Amino acid sequence: MNKKIRVLVAKPGLDGHDRGAKIVARALRDAGMEVIYTGLHQTAEMIVETSIQEDVDVIGLSLLSGAHMTLFIDVANLLKKNGIEDVLVVGGGIIPEQDIPKLKKAGIAGVFGPGTPCDEIVEFIKKNVKR
Amino acid sequence: MNELVSGVLNGNPRSVARLITHAENQSEKTSELMKQIHPHTGKAQIIGITGVMGSGKSTLICELTRKYREQGKKVGIIAIDPTSPFSGGALLGDRVRMMELAMDKDVFIRSMGTRGMLGGLTSAVYDVVEILDASKKDVIIIETVGVGQAEVDVVKIADTTIVVVVPGLGDSIQTIKAGVMEIADIFVVNKADNPKVEQTVAEIQSLVDISCFDSKRKIPIVETIAKQGKGIDEMVSEIEKHREHLGETKTFEIQRRLRYEAELVEIIKKQLMSLIFDEEKLKKKIDKLIDKIYSKEIDPYTASEEIIGKILK
Repeated sequence: MNKKIRVLVAKPGLDGHDRGAKIVARALRDAGMEVIYTGLHQTAEMIVETSIQEDVDVIGLSLLSGAHMTLFIDVANLLKKNGIEDVLVVGGGIIPEQDIPKLKKAGIAGVFGPGTPCDEIVEFIKKNVKR
Repeated sequence: MNELVSGVLNGNPRSVARLITHAENQSEKTSELMKQIHPHTGKAQIIGITGVMGSGKSTLICELTRKYREQGKKVGIIAIDPTSPFSGGALLGDRVRMMELAMDKDVFIRSMGTRGMLGGLTSAVYDVVEILDASKKDVIIIETVGVGQAEVDVVKIADTTIVVVVPGLGDSIQTIKAGVMEIADIFVVNKADNPKVEQTVAEIQSLVDISCFDSKRKIPIVETIAKQGKGIDEMVSEIEKHREHLGETKTFEIQRRLRYEAELVEIIKKQLMSLIFDEEKLKKKIDKLIDKIYSKEIDPYTASEEIIGKILK
């Protein structure tokens, strides 16, 4: 058995700022995970379809445009609609405090704002990955 | 029949994806499941694409796939990127260039890390080809890692191997001349809008002219500009010509036998390794042997013979 945690790092919507996503992707790789990076401007449908084909354990969403309440929740709902319950969804970017409880309720298990140490994200994933 | 296997045979992407994960992780179920897959394989056309880093392999595959989709063919893509030998992690980014294929239900893309295997592939690639084949994909395209000199394993698994070269890398052809230049069934010179393209084509031409592996067939050189979709029709037609050539000359059977040989050796290797490293007792045995090697009581060859003797008994 040679199990590795597979993570899809995705940038939904109209947002070209991918530095954060790339830094997190790199940190996860250095923690021994396999990171699939898909590039910019993904729709929720593309993200879910990719997560199915790549059979990932984790989806990491990054968004700095302010549309997280729509797009993060779209992804979470679409996963539910497809009966996918064993994938951990986390998100990051410019996310106001007051939105976090709502995102968590919608199924985004962890939300990480600017300045979060990469180790914290790695630890969260390792602890909470569902399979 | 196993539910996962029947899902694969029906082309269900979630079953295909999950079975690939089993194969990648070498889980306990893998061999049982793969035994049920094999009888349903053999129909797909397998194309290997290799070449130096940044030569545009992913973009070419995207364009190639688009052509096959126009012909109504279902396509499976295996995109391999290197696993870090230090952390064991990998950044798999080939999908960035294939974004437009993401929503096509008849295209299945899987990104894979090499997970320690040299040669430009990953050890589960044989299983993944069988799984995609059984899921009724008509064409399977394998993208190797960006290669240097010795990453030539793709030739064992693909019916048609395409080597992608780009102009203007100076001595690019010199540096990859040794292994990689010998495995091409088709050369593609991508980024052919570069002014140095003529020189590059001439260099390859001179290599092709003196090669004598197969006197019945001259290795074609196709110029492409993948980003603009130029030259892709010609690439498709050369692949088709090569396929016909394989059929006419019985090379096809030789090619497939080569693949099964490589696959069999890979499975034997994996199973032997798991026998050596998974058994607690053997682990302890190895520790003891290392003690003995360290103290010069025995040498590594004798130690290895002791372990292998244990397995074969």
